[in-house]
Amino acid sequence: MSASGAAARPSPVRRPYPTAAGIASVAHRLARLVLSVILTFLGLTLVTFFIGRVIPIDPVLAIVGDKASKETYAKVAAEIGINLPLPVQYWRYLMRVLHGDFGVSIITAHPVLQDMTHVFPATMELAVVALLVGTLLGVPLGVVAATNRGRWPDQVIRFGSLLGYSMPVFWLGLVGLLMFYAKLGWVDGPGRLDVAFDDIVTPVTGMITIDSVLGGEYDVLWNALGHIILPASILGYLSMAYIARMTRSFMLGQLRQEYVLATRAKGMPPFRVVWVHALGNVWVQLVTVVALTFGSLLEGAVLTETVFAWPGLGLYMKNSLFNADLNAVLGGTLVIGIVYIFLNMLSDVIYPLVDPRARDRR
Amino acid sequence: MSATNLRIGAATGWRGWLLDSAPASRHQARLGRWYRAWLGLRRNGLAMTGLVIVLALVFVALFAPLFASHASAFTQTLTDRLQPMSWAHPFGTDELGRDIYARVVFGSRTTLAIVALVSIIVVPLGLAIGLPAGYFGGWIDAVLMRVTDIFLAFPRLVLALAFAAALGPGIENAVIAISLTAWPPYARLARAETLTWRRAEFIEAAVLQGASHLRILFTQIVPLSMPSVIIRLTLDMAGIILTAAGLGFLGLGAQPPAPEWGAMVSSGRQYLLDQWWVATIPGLAIFVVSLGFNLLGDGLRDLSDSRG
Repeated sequence: MSASGAAARPSPVRRPYPTAAGIASVAHRLARLVLSVILTFLGLTLVTFFIGRVIPIDPVLAIVGDKASKETYAKVAAEIGINLPLPVQYWRYLMRVLHGDFGVSIITAHPVLQDMTHVFPATMELAVVALLVGTLLGVPLGVVAATNRGRWPDQVIRFGSLLGYSMPVFWLGLVGLLMFYAKLGWVDGPGRLDVAFDDIVTPVTGMITIDSVLGGEYDVLWNALGHIILPASILGYLSMAYIARMTRSFMLGQLRQEYVLATRAKGMPPFRVVWVHALGNVWVQLVTVVALTFGSLLEGAVLTETVFAWPGLGLYMKNSLFNADLNAVLGGTLVIGIVYIFLNMLSDVIYPLVDPRARDRR
Repeated sequence: MSATNLRIGAATGWRGWLLDSAPASRHQARLGRWYRAWLGLRRNGLAMTGLVIVLALVFVALFAPLFASHASAFTQTLTDRLQPMSWAHPFGTDELGRDIYARVVFGSRTTLAIVALVSIIVVPLGLAIGLPAGYFGGWIDAVLMRVTDIFLAFPRLVLALAFAAALGPGIENAVIAISLTAWPPYARLARAETLTWRRAEFIEAAVLQGASHLRILFTQIVPLSMPSVIIRLTLDMAGIILTAAGLGFLGLGAQPPAPEWGAMVSSGRQYLLDQWWVATIPGLAIFVVSLGFNLLGDGLRDLSDSRG
């Protein structure tokens, strides 16, 4: 191969210095991303505003109750600005949300945001452990399914994933409690800790497993793990189904590539080709999938927390729901929605950062 | 006579007519396409299992009184409460002495109704947003897809929960809440399909013949998009059933005494340790039905992949 022949092709090597066009392209993409995040956030608040202010037939009555006097009614009506034009009302609502004012919860009589800071860590803890379970099981299973495409391991994993997609999480939670807690006694029951271990650990992060390690209280850690393992495994199984499926399809794409054949021909053991080289090329895509899975875990937490009496965001929303505490429900919806937007944004940002192919694509 | 029919062992008779590679009429071509899809599906054991489950759901829901008596599903017999499984009560009885088997049978009506209602809301809504977006492009596309993205960014169950909280509990509100969160993927899909076909020559031919935009959309593009919409819908059904059951479990779906599987699991919770069947049997019904839809949808998707 002559040197001129190689030079005639467009060089695949990226320039080591940023070009003006490159910077402009990054700035353009960043601007688009910011704009899309802002728009989505506005859409989210518009929906929660609509649910909170427009759907209830009389929002004032919902606050004061039907035994209130005329004066109280008029006072509250003026306070929440119910007679103002809707766009003005929305603007006021948006400003309050941006200042972190989600209203006051009727049940707890605390500002909703303050309640959120208490319950959100519990949900985060559950979702993070579930995500660990789902990823640590899902990725290897996806790889095994891809390398055995069409054979029995693939079929078994595929069927197992479909089972995971099809199970109502609250039912699986109950069956799990019945088997592993009531019958076999392998795990601890509902709640985050046994009563005897309550209030030993000083809350720092709000996640008991981390706080107990920080405080050196390993008895508490052990008890907390006994409580979290079942709900987290059940949530994790559901996310495992999705992660395994996506890993399989990404891996199939890689195993078709010529470099796989080339490394095999050079005598590299198949194990190394699959688990190091092919898997190494799909982890970027997997990060996106895992990030999106995290969102659905927060959602699954609403039902799981109800079953396991887990004092997190989901249980908080559920209890608020039954006490007609609309501020608290909408506050929870906003928080989960914002986390969703954040995760989507994160995967949009991470993706081009670590994968040059996505960066150069216009 | 086509080449396929000259092969040795080629199908003859009505199968030959269906599999003819040179159909003589539009009718024959359409039936042939359906028949080929059926042959493909029939080879897939899991998909056939799914189909059987789905058909069984429809059949049981439509003819529920043939399978169980209406009275035993609704009449409270407090002397018979929390009975274990027996010949008289195959799945035992619940906390009010009602036959769980009969309630599961009649509960299939609730599930089927939710699924059917959500489908007939979501598909037209998705098409109404996705078709113009793909067909006209430009600012219409930008605006419609931005709206779609906003709804797509919402967690489904949580939004359904918020809607149900504002609208009040009840099956109609559960359907509205689920529909409002379920349409965006259909808009995306319809847009993608429209983009694929928009520049096709037969569309240009239709334009030259003076067909209106509306006519082209409805007579050309909608029929072409339907297969992928149906596959997506089948795969979505499980999610819809699970969301509906979740809302029911939280007490936001069908209200008592109507039999709804999610609500039945919820009311059986407190007897879980001693009378396990009260909560687990209705949950098993949810699981089996959503598995059926997933298996069928999975098989249909494989079918469309191998053709495309």
